[in-house]
Amino acid sequence: MQTSPVPSFRSDTSSGASIVAENFGWHYPAHAQPVISEINLRIEPGEKVLLLGPSGAGKTTLLHAIGGLLHDEDGESQLGTLTLNGYTPEDARGVSGLMQQDPESSVVLARVGDDVAFGPENLQVPHQEIWRRVDESLAAVGLDHLALDHSTSALSGGQKQRLGLAGILAMHAGAILLDEPTANLDPEGVKEVRDAVLRAQRLTGATLVVIEHRVEIWAEYVDRVIVVNRNGITHDGTPLQVLQDARAELIAAGVWVPDYSPEFPAREAVAGDVLITAEKIAVTRQNPSRRIIKNRRADLLAGRSPHLGLQPVAQNLSVQVRAGEHLGILGPNGSGKSTFALTLAGLLLPVAGELTASPELSQGVDMKDPALRSDIASWKPADLASRIGLVFQEPEQQFIRSTVREELEFGPRHIARSRRQPVDETQLHVRVEELLERLRLKHVESANPFTLSGGEKRRLSVATALASAPRVLVLDEPTFGQDANTWKELVLLIRELLDESVAVISVTHDLDFVRAVGGRTFVLDSTHRVSTDAASRRAL
Amino acid sequence: MSAPLLSSTDLFAPAPARTGRLGQLNAGVKLLATLLMTIGLLLVKDWVSVGSIFLLELVALRLLGLNPLKLLGTFWPILFAALLSGWSTSLLVEKTGETLIHWGVLWITTDSLTVGVTLALRGLALALPGLMLITTTDPTDIADSLAQTAKLPARFVLAALASLRLVGLMMSEWNVLGQARRARGLGSQDSLWQRLKTLVGQTFALLVQAIRRGTRLATTMEARGFGSGKRTWARVPTYSRADLWFFVGALAICAAGIGLSATAGTLLWMWQ
Repeated sequence: MQTSPVPSFRSDTSSGASIVAENFGWHYPAHAQPVISEINLRIEPGEKVLLLGPSGAGKTTLLHAIGGLLHDEDGESQLGTLTLNGYTPEDARGVSGLMQQDPESSVVLARVGDDVAFGPENLQVPHQEIWRRVDESLAAVGLDHLALDHSTSALSGGQKQRLGLAGILAMHAGAILLDEPTANLDPEGVKEVRDAVLRAQRLTGATLVVIEHRVEIWAEYVDRVIVVNRNGITHDGTPLQVLQDARAELIAAGVWVPDYSPEFPAREAVAGDVLITAEKIAVTRQNPSRRIIKNRRADLLAGRSPHLGLQPVAQNLSVQVRAGEHLGILGPNGSGKSTFALTLAGLLLPVAGELTASPELSQGVDMKDPALRSDIASWKPADLASRIGLVFQEPEQQFIRSTVREELEFGPRHIARSRRQPVDETQLHVRVEELLERLRLKHVESANPFTLSGGEKRRLSVATALASAPRVLVLDEPTFGQDANTWKELVLLIRELLDESVAVISVTHDLDFVRAVGGRTFVLDSTHRVSTDAASRRAL
Repeated sequence: MSAPLLSSTDLFAPAPARTGRLGQLNAGVKLLATLLMTIGLLLVKDWVSVGSIFLLELVALRLLGLNPLKLLGTFWPILFAALLSGWSTSLLVEKTGETLIHWGVLWITTDSLTVGVTLALRGLALALPGLMLITTTDPTDIADSLAQTAKLPARFVLAALASLRLVGLMMSEWNVLGQARRARGLGSQDSLWQRLKTLVGQTFALLVQAIRRGTRLATTMEARGFGSGKRTWARVPTYSRADLWFFVGALAICAAGIGLSATAGTLLWMWQ
């Protein structure tokens, strides 16, 4: 396929779509309340609109309705009217294109070119014209350097979202609808996607509607900001006007407004005893074979420092984890931050170097040999969970019980069972009640964890780790995609834990968060990079 | 370590075998040839025809640039299963002919050995074309042939193709779920019953994630105009002279094996 530079999109086939809603709403028959109601608005062709509101205000429902993705099966769900270029959105197939939050769901097919072509194919665009549009769209989002048969799985999160955008552009959509397109991306990815969207909008003149809870990403580039809640539109105007008028309302709703970050009093960092020491360790994502694990154990017992034949992602990592101190692990994507943290937490084996727990931390570990007792990676899961708590980026990955209460009781019960000790029911009850109270989960104690809101899920995942009263707490991207209210709660909770002399390690991109909790930072940089020469030699 | 024939987590990763001569053949033709070879092999049950088809397959794949022995080595469970079924068959079938080995329950005669060897050979001869198809073909190309040439419903074929892409994601998701369970204190020291419960829970969590992701992906597909209506195709499957020769070659291998056996008077049809 030859590529030719395409200066701009043909204006006859793609121009902005108008969106008109009159008393529009959506009411699922089984629900007591409509998801959204009383929406009256008129968005002109080519307008750039930022849609704000508290979570659960029906923003996504509205966007899906504009995209023609809601189907009124019984004819009773839709309230009022909604039109796209004068047609109902369902009839206006291909007039709009929607992108969601999860980059994985922006990609349909396995090869870059095929994925972009998918939309035009469905709209019955002739074969030759499809490939012209593919080239033009990839150029518009800055992915034209990729071969058309490049694997879509090999792309970064930001690239996947740009590819999804190219897929929308190739349809010559008159309205680009974006549902938190950057919420799952690191700061570089956020900028990369935002810039691609703005460039594409300039080239095509398409109407743009974007939902986002971090206002500052879009505020200065959009023409108009609309704030919605369940009962309709509360504010509608220029960014300057709306952000001024609705500021208090937005902050209360947990929306991140520009120049606002929750305030905290300065905290005196009092570092206690060293709990974990990492000395020049190298970390890997690869799963070791049984043989590697066996040899490693033999090396440790013989007093030798083991070196595993696995491919490291970062090396020369030395750090001390102290009681009552926060350690922020920073670094660009792919630098091995999470791998480092999982290794410190005993879930991955270090390829090389020394990783040891202090006698204080390893006291009571079920291992006879002192060399294995101080080796975190050798601990049994129950010993690990009662000393080092781990909170994953996606809370749902950690849920194993069917109610919030059982989820909190699980850790202590399981550890007691593993040690063949009876459970102290009174003590457990007190502890669980305290956690339910402290993390404001009492009202959902008998709900299924999977049905909680985003903020509640995040709080529960932290609470489950705390239930076993660990001395060390490791958090992987704790503030990722959280609204300002949950963010503030997390900071307060971690500061309390530090005061109780728990050691907290966070892997994060969020510098505001690191500043708010205080402590030290560890930055993974070029001194920790594994040279690609060595890497490729080992891979052969 | 040499590069694996198939990447374990990404079914669409450009494997070296896909760029070779077999990789350039039309996917639909390869699929059809594989189906015909399968039917041919299921029609006969004597060792001469089955064995000669297997040998001819080995030679043909070698000539087309694929190492068939390495292929069977990579997919060793299939090799193992074929040999095991041959072995157990030779032990279990009716004992006629001369006794070769008779140690207690271990009783093998010339006839039972022949039946066993035939079964093992047939298993291998059936496996080879299938493995060739998997390792040298991009799933996207098979889907194109199925939808455009075989005229299967595009909605069904493309949905299957899109979900196949999620398999690799699910594998890495499974690893993370396992780590998360270890972090909660579940693992090696648990009772068998507890470990079974953990496994069931982990599978459930994986399914929940898969269904959610699938739903979101379906939304994306619908937002890109995917539905039951007509569509055009950006990729058009191409057929070349090489495809014709490949197809004729596959038929010739089947015919040659059966013909050889008929000439030698050993041919046994399935129903005989």
